[in-house]
Amino acid sequence: MSDVLLDVNHLGYRPAGRDVLDDVSFTVQRGDFLAILGPNGAGKTSLIRHIHRILPVQRGRIHLQGLPLERISHRRLATIAAYVPQAKGYVPPYRVADFLLMSRYPYQGPFRPSGAADERRVGEALAVVGMTDFAHRFLDTLSGGERQKIYIAAAMVQDTEMVVLDEPTTFLDPHHAGDIFRLLRLLNREQGKTMLMVSHEVNPALQLAQQVLCLQAGRVLFRGTPAQLLARDVLSRLFAVPFGRYDLHGPGAPPHVYLPVEEP
Amino acid sequence: MSRSARAGYLFVLLLAGSLAVPLAMTLAGSSWISPADIFTPGFGESPAGKIFWQIRIPRVLTGFLVGAALAVAGMVFQAIFRNSLATPFTLGVSSGASFGAALAVKAGLVFTFLGLPGITLCAFGTAVLAIFLIYFLTSLRREFSTEAMLLAGVAMSFFFSAAILVVQYLSDFAGSFQLVRWLMGNLDMVGYARPLQLLAMIIPCLVLVWWFCPALNLLLTGDELALTRGVHVRRTRYVMFFTVSLLTAAVVSFCGPIGFVGMMVPHMLRLVLGLDHRRLIWAVIFGGGAFLTACDGLARAVIAPVEIPVGIITALLGGPFFLWLLIRRREQRFFL
Repeated sequence: MSDVLLDVNHLGYRPAGRDVLDDVSFTVQRGDFLAILGPNGAGKTSLIRHIHRILPVQRGRIHLQGLPLERISHRRLATIAAYVPQAKGYVPPYRVADFLLMSRYPYQGPFRPSGAADERRVGEALAVVGMTDFAHRFLDTLSGGERQKIYIAAAMVQDTEMVVLDEPTTFLDPHHAGDIFRLLRLLNREQGKTMLMVSHEVNPALQLAQQVLCLQAGRVLFRGTPAQLLARDVLSRLFAVPFGRYDLHGPGAPPHVYLPVEEP
Repeated sequence: MSRSARAGYLFVLLLAGSLAVPLAMTLAGSSWISPADIFTPGFGESPAGKIFWQIRIPRVLTGFLVGAALAVAGMVFQAIFRNSLATPFTLGVSSGASFGAALAVKAGLVFTFLGLPGITLCAFGTAVLAIFLIYFLTSLRREFSTEAMLLAGVAMSFFFSAAILVVQYLSDFAGSFQLVRWLMGNLDMVGYARPLQLLAMIIPCLVLVWWFCPALNLLLTGDELALTRGVHVRRTRYVMFFTVSLLTAAVVSFCGPIGFVGMMVPHMLRLVLGLDHRRLIWAVIFGGGAFLTACDGLARAVIAPVEIPVGIITALLGGPFFLWLLIRRREQRFFL
């Protein structure tokens, strides 16, 4: 088995004549953590919607586990890649445990209903995200941070090789965002899951990721490691605002963070 | 008692009630039958016995099947459109059927084919035509959209309603009266041939809906979440649309449009039992069947020997109860 899990080749997407994605190519190795950075409207969400076949691939090709994406059924795809959406908008009032159990759908059928093993998975996932007490709460009564953790637990219950996250911390306060990033690190380092994360939080993304993909106006601006990205000052070009390095002092703090520089 | 235990308890209670109510309703009508009589020897040969076996039982059976089918159709439409206002009649399938019935009455078609009367066949034919028209109109757009389907269906519904009025306007007094009675819905069936035909059409549809229940559960969480958990969203919507549309077409062409069951029963049971369709479908089948047989029993008994059309009872009885249930619950969070 090759080490390349996801291979995106010259992917293009032109709804209504506007280039949302233009000639995007990259690969993701098994076990990698890829952060996808870019300004609003750069095509990040369109990219992950293609990977999940929410949008059909019209230009270029995507291979997952060596197979062309269009030859992988939705059900099979759901056993390879799990999607963690943003914790916003309407959710139906399912109980948390029932909602998590629904992530076993791709493994089930009318004559293969969920069993004790599936429920054990749900219990384990809830324990990992620290939400065991929430098993019988209704999904729509949870806060954004709690709901995001449940979505991550759902991805764990889905038991896939790859987890794709769309701005998992956008609506969260720093405390909850920190919890989420710790969880993602655990998923990647200890459970060996391949991670793809779209994020606007530059610093945690650079700390977590082994690989960074920067998209600007639908094109790949940069592909490489966080160290290469910082060495070439990609952030300033990417977001069209100068970034500077700020050294921090204090126990437990990261040594430095990168922030936009205030114009004089 | 825990919430899930309470739901389980309610579920069992509902199933028991759903079997008791239709049984009791076989006794009600313009002449009451005492349960003791049924077990006396020679009952089958007596006039009461004939009424019981040839009229009451087929009628209760029909009522149960129609109620169950319409309630399941409503449940599925509400799930695929994620809208609790959707009913089996929202998409114009029943207006399509009614139009066919109107044409048959106007043309004076009196024939039977495969044991089915002309009016039923015409109604079913135009209902199927309506289904394919809605499908065609929806698929004209590149992307599937539930809004487009709803709008196409509602437009069809208005169109057929107007066409029915035209036919009715052009009909003579007798034809017009016959049509009005048909449009009020009617469960009167003598003998077992027609309930069994109905059963044969309903069973495959119910099995297919049961098959798709886990997918319907996921559909409620949103298209993206459902898709990324392995549900083929578009296929699920189309298969379910055709299945329950055919179900509705079958029922309406046999018995005329009987309103309110399809909207109210699934909504009510969802409030009580929650959203899990794998459980809900059984409750909806038995609850819908029991509700319609109860309404029909009342329709026969209230001002006996005159029968009130059952559709009037469902709305008169169900409407206020439904409103009470809605107002009693503070939170309205089951659908948008």
